[in-house]
Amino acid sequence: MIWWAVLGAGLGCYLLKLAGLSVPQRVLAHPVVARIADLIPPALLAALVTVQVLAAPGGGELVLDARIAALGVAVLLLLARAPFLVVVFGSAAVAALLRLL
Amino acid sequence: MRDSLGVAIATGTYGLSFGAVGVTSGLDVAQTCVLSLLMFTGASQFALVGVLGAGGSAVSGAFTALLLGTRNTLYGLRLAPLLEYRGWRRAVAAHVLIDESTAMAVHRADRDLARTGFWTTGGTIFVLWNLTTFAGAVAGEQLGDPRDLGLDAAVGAAFLALLWPRLSSPLSRLTAALAALVAAGAVSVTPAGVPVLVAAGVAVLVGALAPRSTDAAAGIDEGDAR
Repeated sequence: MIWWAVLGAGLGCYLLKLAGLSVPQRVLAHPVVARIADLIPPALLAALVTVQVLAAPGGGELVLDARIAALGVAVLLLLARAPFLVVVFGSAAVAALLRLL
Repeated sequence: MRDSLGVAIATGTYGLSFGAVGVTSGLDVAQTCVLSLLMFTGASQFALVGVLGAGGSAVSGAFTALLLGTRNTLYGLRLAPLLEYRGWRRAVAAHVLIDESTAMAVHRADRDLARTGFWTTGGTIFVLWNLTTFAGAVAGEQLGDPRDLGLDAAVGAAFLALLWPRLSSPLSRLTAALAALVAAGAVSVTPAGVPVLVAAGVAVLVGALAPRSTDAAAGIDEGDAR
C-alpha cells in the first residue's frame, strides 16, 4: 500500500506541475479560484501541525503530552529565525528530554 | 551567489530531516528516496509521510500530498509565459517546478535570465535534495525508537516551519487558525488522516466567502504589480 501511495501521489504531483505549465492562463484568472488555491497550503499545514501534535498515536482522541511543549520550543526557535534543521531537531530534543524525565 | 549558497544549505538540512522522518514514519529507505526523486516537492512529501506515520491510510496520505501539490500548478501558470517551453523541455521543466525555482525565475527581467535562474536553482536543489534524503534515510534507520528520540514531535515542528512563512496575510492567518480548530475537532470523529483533508474545506470556504478587499493572493500577485 505504501508503494502505491508513493508512486501514485508522486506521479500526481508531477502532473499538477505539468498542468500549470500547460493549461491556458485564463483558468486561474478567476480571483476566487486563485485565492482558494493560495489558502490551501496554510490550511493543510496548520491542520497537519495540529494533528501531529495533539492526536493520540493512532488517532481517535486528543492528548496533551511532550509534543505540545516541543511545539512551543519550535515557535521560539522560528521567532529567533533559527534554520530548519535546528527547529526540527531542537524540538525533537526537547520532547526526548521530557520523556526521559 | 550568497543567495544560492543559503538556498543550498537550507535544502540540504531540509532533505536530511525529510530522509530521517521518512524512515521513522514507517517507509523504507527506497520508498523515502523514490518520493524525493519522483514527487520532488518538500511539503507534499512531508505530508505523505506525516499522515502515514500518524496511522492514516495510504489514500488520505496521497490526497493530502496532492492537495499541497496544487500550489505548484499556480507556479506553473505564473512561469509558463516567462519560460515559454514546449515539448520535452516543458516536460523536464515541470519536474523541477517548485517554490525555490519559481522564486528565482519569476522576478527576472527577461526570458534568458528567468530560464537561467529556474534551471540553476531547480537542478541544484534536485541533486542536493536527493543526496541528503538518502543520507537522512540511512541515518534514520540507525536510530532507535522514534518516540524516545522525540521524532514524532519533530514532524509537527517541520510542518510549523513550513507554515510559518505562509502566514503573511491576515486571511492566511485566519484560514490557518480555523483549519487547526476544524482538524482538532475532526480527530475524534474521523479516521486518522481524514482531519487534515477536512481542514482543506476551510480554505475553500474562506476563499469563497471573504470579501475581495482582503485578498490573500497578494503574495502571488506581487510579481505582476511591478
